[in-house]
Amino acid sequence: MKKCYINGTACVSSQKTINTAFLQDIIVNHGDNILELALPDYKEVIPPAAARRMAKGVKNGIVASHWAMKEAGTQNPGAIITGTGMGCSVDSEKFLKALIDNKEEFLTPTSFIQSTHNTVGGQIALGLQCKAYNFTYVNGAVSFESSLIDAIMQIEEGDAATVLVGGVEETAENTMNFLQLSGSIKDKAQSPYSVLESYTTGAVFSEGATFFVLEDEQKDTTYAELKDVAIYNVLKQDEVQAKLEAFLANNKLTVNDIDAIVLGCNGDTRYDGYYTALANGIFSATPQAYYKHLSGEFNTASAFGLWVASHIVKLQEIPQVIKVNSIEGKSYKNVLLYNQYRGVDHSFTLISQC
Amino acid sequence: MNKGVAITGMGIISSIGATVEENFNALVNGRPGITVIDNIDTIHKNNIKVGEIKKTNNQLAQELNLPADNNFSRTAMLATIAAKQAVKNAGITDINEYNTGLISATTVGGMDMTETYFYDYMERPDNRRYIESHDAGDNTHKIANELGLKGMVTTISTACSSAANAIMLGARLIKSGKLDRVIVGGADALSKFTINGFKTLMILSDTYNTPFDNNRKGLNLGEAAAFIVLESDEVVKKQNKKVLAYLSGYGNANDAYHQTASSENGDGAFLAMEKAFKISGLQPSDVDYINAHGTATPNNDLSEGRALIRAFGSNMPDFSSTKPFTGHTLAAAAAIEAVYSILALQNGVVYPNLNFETPMEEFNIIPQTVLKEKEINHVLSNSFGFGGNCSTLLFSKS
Repeated sequence: MKKCYINGTACVSSQKTINTAFLQDIIVNHGDNILELALPDYKEVIPPAAARRMAKGVKNGIVASHWAMKEAGTQNPGAIITGTGMGCSVDSEKFLKALIDNKEEFLTPTSFIQSTHNTVGGQIALGLQCKAYNFTYVNGAVSFESSLIDAIMQIEEGDAATVLVGGVEETAENTMNFLQLSGSIKDKAQSPYSVLESYTTGAVFSEGATFFVLEDEQKDTTYAELKDVAIYNVLKQDEVQAKLEAFLANNKLTVNDIDAIVLGCNGDTRYDGYYTALANGIFSATPQAYYKHLSGEFNTASAFGLWVASHIVKLQEIPQVIKVNSIEGKSYKNVLLYNQYRGVDHSFTLISQC
Repeated sequence: MNKGVAITGMGIISSIGATVEENFNALVNGRPGITVIDNIDTIHKNNIKVGEIKKTNNQLAQELNLPADNNFSRTAMLATIAAKQAVKNAGITDINEYNTGLISATTVGGMDMTETYFYDYMERPDNRRYIESHDAGDNTHKIANELGLKGMVTTISTACSSAANAIMLGARLIKSGKLDRVIVGGADALSKFTINGFKTLMILSDTYNTPFDNNRKGLNLGEAAAFIVLESDEVVKKQNKKVLAYLSGYGNANDAYHQTASSENGDGAFLAMEKAFKISGLQPSDVDYINAHGTATPNNDLSEGRALIRAFGSNMPDFSSTKPFTGHTLAAAAAIEAVYSILALQNGVVYPNLNFETPMEEFNIIPQTVLKEKEINHVLSNSFGFGGNCSTLLFSKS
C-alpha cells in the first residue's frame, strides 16, 4: 500500500496567508463576529474577465489550488476532491432571492448554474482541463475530512498518484443573518470575542479556501505524511477519548506518541467542553495549538487547521499566536487534529513527520 | 473472478411507488408517474409536468412518527423513508452491530424549507428551527439519527450524478476494509428553486419527456429517494445473507467541457464507462441492459448516445431511460436507477423507454420501447451532472 504525502498547500483566509511566510502577518481580530476575507491577488491566477463571472468561493478555490499545485510542482491531478459544507451560498442566495422577489419571473440562469455544490471542483477541472475523478463532499464540519478519507484511499490504492484536495466555504449575506438568528454566530453585542476565554455561545464566523496536493511520493516540498483520518457523526463528550485511543491504536500509536494536538475549539461555551476534556485530560502534558481565532469558524475551517498542523511539522515549531498551553515539544513528529461542530461531525486527522 | 460488492437491501420512494414492489409493478406495467404539480405553488404549474410523490409533508411526517415541531425538510423525510426500507430489507436489526456507515447524496438539501421561510425567519422565531435543515449534511444526520446509526456519515453533492458517487464511495469503503457495511443512496425533493433553475436553462419539457427521440423537448423534474445496503463478503458469509446483486464496477470522470453542458462526443461519459469496465473486469459485450441517464434534453441524449456508441460500437445492448416514468430526480436519480437495475437483474426484464417515436437523426441507435423479458446478467447505469460530473455503475447478478 502506498503512503500519502502532503507536498503542497495554500490557503485563502481571513488572514494574509497567500505568498507570505507562515503566520507572519497575523492580525487577531477580537471585534467582529464575522471575519472578512483577506483578499488574495486574483489577477495573478484568474483572467479578470473570467473572474468577474465567478463567485468568491470559486475564485478562492482556484487561487488556493493554483498555489498548492505550484508549490508541489504538479499540474495534472489524478483526482480533484472538494469539501464544502454550505456550497456556493452566494449564488444560491442570489437565485433564491430573485425567485422570491420577482415571483418566479425574469430569472436568468447564471446564478443557478453556479449554485450547485460542485461548482468549485467543476471549475477547477475546467480550468485545468482535468478529466479525472472529481468528487464534492457536503457534510457540515466533516466535508473536508470526508474529502481527505477519499483522497487517502485514492493514493493508497494506486488509483491516483496526485490528488488535489481542499475545503471551501463562502459567507453569504442572508445565510450569515440566519446563522445569527439561530445563535450559531455570536451576538454582535458581545464583542470583544475570545476563543479560549469565552463566556458566550455561538462562534465567530468567516470563510476561506485551503487546498492540498497529496502524492504517493515524498519530495523536497513535502510537509508531512497524511497518515489517517476518521469521522463520526455523533459522539457524547465521554465517548471521544475511547474513539481517539482506538484511532491511535489503529495507527500503532498511543496518546504518548502524540507530540502536539491541534484543537478546533471556537469559543462556543456549549460545545468547547469536548476540547477542554481532552486538553485537561489525556493531553494535559502535550503541546496544544488552536487556530479558529485566526481563521474564524466555518464548515471547512478544519482545512485551515490542517494547513497549520502541516506547517508545525515542517517547521518543527508552534508559533506563539496559536499556542493553547506553554508546553514545548522536543520535536513535532506526530501531530493530531481533533474537530467537531456543535457536538456533531467529529474528526481525527493524523499527520507525521517524514 | 471477484464478483464485486454485495448488495443486500434496497428501499425506494418515487412518483411511481412508495415501495420497491410498487416501483417494479409500475415499470413492468408501463405506468408512469408524471403529472401536474400539486404540492408546490408555482407559477409554472400549467406549463410543466413533474414526477411528484403525491403525499404532503404532513403525511410523510406522520408516516415517520415525527413530532409536530420537527425540522425535517421534505428531502430528509423522503430519504429517511427509503433508508429505513433498505435497512429492513437487508434484515438488519442492530444497526451498529458491525462498523456501519451512511453515505447520502442530495442537491437541494433543505431548500424547500429555506424558500418557504426565507423572509419569515426575521419575524417568526418558531420557524427558525428550519435554518439548520438547509444544510445537505443536516439531512444526512437526520437519516442516521432515525436509523440509530453511529459512525461514518457523510454526503456527496455532484449534481445529478450524486447518488452514483455515494454508491461508488460506499463500495470503495467496503473494499478497503474501512467499513463492514454501508447504506448508500440519495434523495431530492421538488422545490421552486430547482424548477425555476431548470426553467431558466430552458431544458424543461412542457409535456412528457421523450428520451432519445429526435423531437425531444427537455426533461421532467421528479422527486425521489432510494438507498441500497452494501456489505462486505465477511459479513455476508457470517450472517448467511441473501445477496440481491453485486456492484461489480464503477467509474467517475469529468467532462471538463462546460459547467452545465455535456461535450459533443461525451468524453466524460465514455471515460466513466471505461473505468467501470476496468474495475469490474467485464467487457462491453457482457452488458445485457443499459439503464441510460437519458434525461431527454437535446444535449444529454446526443452526448450520451455518442458516448454509448464509442463504448459499445455496433454491438449496442438493449438500452432505455426510465426517466419517462419518474422524471429526472437529480441527486436521487442514480439511486432509484440502481434499484431498477437490481430489479432488472433479478427479474430478467428490460424496461420500456416510454414516449419514444422518432429515431435521432445524428445516429441510428434506438432504445427498447416495450417491456422485454430475457436473461440479464449485467446492467450498466449512467448518471451525469453539472460540473462535468460523469458516473457509471455496473450491477451483476448474484
